[in-house]
Amino acid sequence: MAKITMTVNGRQVSGVCDDRTLLVHFIRENLGLTGTHVGCDTSQCGACVVHMDGQSVKSCSILAAQAAGSSITTIEGLAQNGELHPVQAAFKAHHGLQCGFCTPGMVMTALDMIRRHGSDLDEATVRAELEGNICRCTGYHNIVKAILAAAHEMGGVRQAAE
Amino acid sequence: MGIDGIGARVPRKEDRRFLTGKGRYTDDMSVPGMKYAVFVRSPHAHATIAGIDATAAKAMPGVIDVLDGKQLLADGIGNLICGWMIHSKDGTPMKMGAWRPLADRTVRYVGDAVAIVVADSVAEARDAAEAVVVDYDLLPVVTDPVQAIADGQPQLHPEASNNLIFDWELGDAAAVDQALAAAAHVTELKIFNNRLSPNPMEPRATLGIYDAGDDHYTCYTTSQNPHVARLVMSAFYNVAPENKLRVIAPDVGGGFGSKIFIYPEEIVCLWASKRTGVPVKWTCDRTEAFLTDAHGRDHVSTVKMAFDAGNRITALKVDTIANLGAYMSLFSSCVPTYLYATLLSGQYDIPAIHANVRTVYTNTAPVDAYRGAGRPEATYLLERTMETAARELGISPAELRRTNFIRSFPHQTPVIMNYDAGDYETSLNAAMAAADWNGFAARKAEAEGRGMKRGIGMSCYIEACGLAPSAAAGSLGAGVGLWESAEVKVNMVGTIEVMTGSHSHGQGHETTFAQLVADRLGVPIDSINIVHGDTDKVQMGMGTYGSRSGAVGMSALAKALDKVEAKAKKIAAHLMEADESDVVIEDGVLKVAGTDKSVPWFQMALAAYTAHNLPQGLEPGLKESAFYDPANFTFPAGCYICEVEVDPETGRTKVVQFVAADDFGNIINPMIVEGQVHGGIAQGIGQALLEGVHYDDSGQLLTASYMDYAMPRADDLPSFKVSTSNTPCPSNPLGVKGCGEAGAIGSPPALINAITDAIGNNALTMPATPEKVWAAAQAAN
Repeated sequence: MAKITMTVNGRQVSGVCDDRTLLVHFIRENLGLTGTHVGCDTSQCGACVVHMDGQSVKSCSILAAQAAGSSITTIEGLAQNGELHPVQAAFKAHHGLQCGFCTPGMVMTALDMIRRHGSDLDEATVRAELEGNICRCTGYHNIVKAILAAAHEMGGVRQAAE
Repeated sequence: MGIDGIGARVPRKEDRRFLTGKGRYTDDMSVPGMKYAVFVRSPHAHATIAGIDATAAKAMPGVIDVLDGKQLLADGIGNLICGWMIHSKDGTPMKMGAWRPLADRTVRYVGDAVAIVVADSVAEARDAAEAVVVDYDLLPVVTDPVQAIADGQPQLHPEASNNLIFDWELGDAAAVDQALAAAAHVTELKIFNNRLSPNPMEPRATLGIYDAGDDHYTCYTTSQNPHVARLVMSAFYNVAPENKLRVIAPDVGGGFGSKIFIYPEEIVCLWASKRTGVPVKWTCDRTEAFLTDAHGRDHVSTVKMAFDAGNRITALKVDTIANLGAYMSLFSSCVPTYLYATLLSGQYDIPAIHANVRTVYTNTAPVDAYRGAGRPEATYLLERTMETAARELGISPAELRRTNFIRSFPHQTPVIMNYDAGDYETSLNAAMAAADWNGFAARKAEAEGRGMKRGIGMSCYIEACGLAPSAAAGSLGAGVGLWESAEVKVNMVGTIEVMTGSHSHGQGHETTFAQLVADRLGVPIDSINIVHGDTDKVQMGMGTYGSRSGAVGMSALAKALDKVEAKAKKIAAHLMEADESDVVIEDGVLKVAGTDKSVPWFQMALAAYTAHNLPQGLEPGLKESAFYDPANFTFPAGCYICEVEVDPETGRTKVVQFVAADDFGNIINPMIVEGQVHGGIAQGIGQALLEGVHYDDSGQLLTASYMDYAMPRADDLPSFKVSTSNTPCPSNPLGVKGCGEAGAIGSPPALINAITDAIGNNALTMPATPEKVWAAAQAAN
């Protein structure tokens, strides 16, 4: 068993878990933050994406013990003071979610993408970088629209010349 | 239309909780004392069980108990059933073999559940499951449906000789044969419809809670239809009587049909909760989902289509073998029959149709409804045949379709369905315009310059939705009625709760159902809550599948709203000392038409409950319910056009354009409808290009993870061009038809027609992988 301490959504948390416990299960079971989901067992679907020290990671592919001491942001940590984060707001405005199960991972991946690409984000890049996130409901059409709109809203996308 | 009313693009009320991580799915549920289950599953496709030894497993850390099929049988838990009776053409009933929730003597597919381990943690349960020793005696295996019905093959169930479940027909064989003999041209094809795994992103899960104090069970489960789950578990599986069983389907992460059915795990977890005295939660992992979620499609068909000299279809003859897997799942029998053969007339005026369908057991997972359920199989068969015929006849595919469109309604087809409304040419024209069909030749020439083969294909689909008129369904073998119910509770200060038997697992009912209420009563949409998915809260329901929630579920709500309106007007008229026939409801205010007298909605509601001043004899309160049984199926239809580029060097297909022009009748929320179409098209492109379930000859599933089963990803797909036209449905009060399945129904043939057009070879099966496309392109050269 391991006693693990980390910062999650700005708050220091501790928990005791089996050495083999994955970060996603620590987040869901020990911390009760059930917004982070498990949709597969081969690190393919991306429903479990969280940010670890500012980078997106699949929390199913890392042990909780490996995340000890790090700073984690989950989907529960994005909205501030009851206001949706611009990425969350864009998903709502553009109907980028249906059943909602892949949504937390999509939003966390999208935010990471926008931070990294800034003004270079375009549809082809968004589609290529969503390779690690599977959605079965939306056909991705509105997810792509939402991410581009959020990038624009967050000032990351240069206005088209025309 | 108000800003939140019918036809408005209202953002979804439910989104906030999903976007902030506050959705509550079954695996998110936690109750005091809860333990975790892992199932011991057969690693063999066909074997008898000589013995099960759980001694070592029971002694492992954290293990509460290990339970098997003999104990389940001893406690009187019943077999899983198929709820739709089909008779073979010789009059004999379908041959339903026994499906034990935990196999006690024979396993028939890889993944068949054998025992349940309950432990303190999932990890401990999994460790113990691996320590359960099951002694199997292997039996020969058959996975191919055509092979399975031949003589001398392994037999799955003693009831079904040659593994034949039923041999069923629909239509006039003699008339069809006569027309074929007299035809100017006959197009013949062999059609494979590939086997798919539905893959909702939320894996199945269940939490069974037995309360010994009240002898009562609660079942949280990933269900599209909790009341049906309760009915089946009570009436057939002897889990508990209905009044002792509460089924809750909370947020459900997609279904696509696969969560209609009641699986062994719900039954076993409830039973195990009573046996062990602890709440038992089971959550499927993805490999288990591939192994045990009901698959879809898996048809092998031959088709003959007869034409006269004017290119008019004179007859259609279809012979289909449908693989139903190892056991008959809940609605498996109706999918390749009444949801398939009844749609074989498509959008065309065909005087004579005959379909013969044989369903077959094989050592594979059960097969049942998957998005579209029978209608994609019918559409693929018909639209591949139409495109092939157009090429053989040397006329344009659009022209052949125009020549044969049904143009007057109602139209009685030779295969039961009576189409109530439609305008197929409008959709065809809209799709061709949106796709710039006339500009295709130039685009093809440009692509050729880059060494790419460009092709275009269309598909004109029809489907039957709004399942279903109960009496009609009953006459065809359904074991249940297919009405829906709704209850409208106006609270004391006027806020509104709607309890609906429809279930939302991505479709946005919490928004669209509220839009209908807002439209009728003019109250703010935020004052309306839609409650669904709980048999203790919702009076009755049949759930969500077959694109039925709008046409049937919302029609029930409309009926309940009629009653609410009538009583509200009575109360308001009394308060205003007016005649109730003069009262109108506008923007949340009850007014006497032509005067300045008015009563706000909340004041009327309060008066209903204070009951100080009600009309003589009127009951206090304001809560009304309704059941709605549809008068007919609904018939969404449309035209899809796909344009592809094939790289002849690699066989890789790129979908460069996808156009959908649908007629869904009236539309409640265009934003949500477009989303449904997008998702359906993605699944259809997945079927046509990427997805396929494969078993090897020993019955091992080769496609049991996302590393092996090709799910459509964002970079496999284009953005879609979608539009709608509207012939209102005359068969329900809202004029709606349903939009949930169209995309998955209409898209596969459009894509395959486009690829075969590009490569000049019609011999191509789904999924059109680069290897297959490359080989077909080479063969055409």
